[in-house]
Amino acid sequence: MSNNFKDNQPITATKLMEEFRRYQKGSVSRRHFLGVTGLGTAMAVMGAATPSLMPGSAQAAGKLSNKMVLSTWPNYHNPKTLENFTSETGVNIQANVFGSNEEMLAKMQAGGGGVDVIENTNYTFSTYVKLGLLTELDLSRIPNYDASTQNPKFSSASTIDGKIYGVCKNWGTTGIVYNSKKIKSNPKSHKDFFDVTMGAGSGHSILHDYQLTTIGAALCALGYSFNSIDKGELAAAEKLLIEAKPHLFAITSDYQPGLRAGDAWMSICWVGDGKQLNTDLPEMQYFVASDGGELWSDFYSIPVNTPSLDTSYAFINYMMDPKNQSLDAEVHGYPSSDSRVTGMLPESAQNDPILYPAKELFNALEFGAAESLTDPTRAEVMARFKSA
Amino acid sequence: MIDDTNAKRWLTGVLLGPTTVWFLFMLVLPLVVVAIFSFGMRSPEGGYVASFTFDQYFNLPSRLAAFKNTLSYAPLGTLASLLIAYPLAYYLAIKVNQKWKLLLLVLVIVPFWTSLLIRTYAWIFLLGGKGIPSLLEFIGIEGVRLINTPFAVIVGIIYGYLPLMVFPIYISLEKLDKRLLEAAADLGCAPARSFFQITLPLSMPGMATGCMLVFILLMGEFLIPAFLGGGKVFFIGNALVDLFLQSRNWPFGSAVAITLVIIMLVTVSLYMRLAMGKSTGQDESLM
Repeated sequence: MSNNFKDNQPITATKLMEEFRRYQKGSVSRRHFLGVTGLGTAMAVMGAATPSLMPGSAQAAGKLSNKMVLSTWPNYHNPKTLENFTSETGVNIQANVFGSNEEMLAKMQAGGGGVDVIENTNYTFSTYVKLGLLTELDLSRIPNYDASTQNPKFSSASTIDGKIYGVCKNWGTTGIVYNSKKIKSNPKSHKDFFDVTMGAGSGHSILHDYQLTTIGAALCALGYSFNSIDKGELAAAEKLLIEAKPHLFAITSDYQPGLRAGDAWMSICWVGDGKQLNTDLPEMQYFVASDGGELWSDFYSIPVNTPSLDTSYAFINYMMDPKNQSLDAEVHGYPSSDSRVTGMLPESAQNDPILYPAKELFNALEFGAAESLTDPTRAEVMARFKSA
Repeated sequence: MIDDTNAKRWLTGVLLGPTTVWFLFMLVLPLVVVAIFSFGMRSPEGGYVASFTFDQYFNLPSRLAAFKNTLSYAPLGTLASLLIAYPLAYYLAIKVNQKWKLLLLVLVIVPFWTSLLIRTYAWIFLLGGKGIPSLLEFIGIEGVRLINTPFAVIVGIIYGYLPLMVFPIYISLEKLDKRLLEAAADLGCAPARSFFQITLPLSMPGMATGCMLVFILLMGEFLIPAFLGGGKVFFIGNALVDLFLQSRNWPFGSAVAITLVIIMLVTVSLYMRLAMGKSTGQDESLM
């Protein structure tokens, strides 16, 4: 039986695509790719047929279930961390990889049960709690969590009416990445993004297939708040987006392939992708825009209908161990809100200008607001932009 | 005697039971739910609130572009698939050496062994800057953009749906009585004329079935335009994905879905009437 947690369950389509992308950009070997895609499925059959071959210590005590479902984002964990959890507890992890918080919420709202832990973003808490979808956390069951080492700027979004519904996983910025070999004008803002898109870089820009960041980018370019739900301001943003549309390379949140192939020169970008692109291709420059943008933090939360509350807590507690968090960070690269973790990272990672932008840029960023996620006008603006 | 009839009835009931249950719970019931939702309202957090309003249907014009795109790309894609599939099916059914036939047929099926998602994703790299355009550059043709264009979407459609078109046509040509062609030739009929007067009309049912399979699936397509059109070619399928998975506007999504079902029913029944009319006197069924 393989020790790789991924070998123990069938691969999902999304995960397969992720692996395919990793393979395509060369960060995993062909052997690994074939292993997790084809052979992984074969192992799943054997795994299901012989569950008694892999009991863990905790599971043997009868407290934890033998598998759990984790709703997460692409490239957001070090497979080693998850494998270690499995070998220590006997709990196999099935990771469901989502493309957006809307999608995660949509599945939960439609009654999608069977999920043990979700990794939702700051602006979703009020909605989740209002809909009664999350469990209030009992912090005494997460001894590895230390509120005193948390940066409240990032960790406080999960507190609703004095009750805590999530513990902070990572945070990051949403900025712009561009290919400095193709774009020489040294863009600094969202306004520059749209100017280059409709000028020298026509046909080579990417906007996300995600209303929060796409409409947010247009709003920032016009000097409005990233979170605006003002009808007049949204109308202006819509006008700008529709004007820019013929000049876009694509509207997609999967922007790495286009940038790597050289077809796209510039994209709205999450800092983790910016870091990965810059590491592989130094000409890919990530910056936080001078006219604002998004700051976000992700959390570990437990759905009310979790199949095993004990397993959910065990997983979160495991992941709150600074040692495991920094092991995770080796792969995803996102900053942590926990000072114990930051202290464990190498000097270069602690002062990375991509991850930690200059103060004046940082201060202009806004957390996405709950209303920006649920506002029907924003949804319609995005729909009209896409179908224009 | 009476017992015998009852036994037969009982057997028929047992055999049809699973299908009936399946039909009711997997088709009728979900459709009823969708129909009910389409008269509701979106709750502030997304989802559905019971109501009785036609607002969702009045809002349909906001997705006009998506309907237009679907209703132009679906027939276009079907026609393109037909034009490419027919010669291939003809070759496989009539011309090819018997010993290669099975191998070639298997080769047509082989792509189905891999998910359409992955095969379509592969086209992103084939059509992207480091794919075909860089080969063209090599022979001196520069600045060709293939990915994220309507052309790429049509290529993806043809690639994805070709086998569905090839097989029905192949089957109808395979059954074709070769003696008719020999007789025509004996009586001095030119090959081209015997093709248009014998082969083509007799393969009509296969073409009709293939067209229907491809057209119906294309009406709900969302993957190919999202991947190969770069999200800039927007189908009804994409509008539905957004409405359910992004903005969580279930009532409006339901109204769009119901409208699509109605458009399909009308188009397909018109089409069947037309296709049936063309192939009168034959006992082959369309599907």
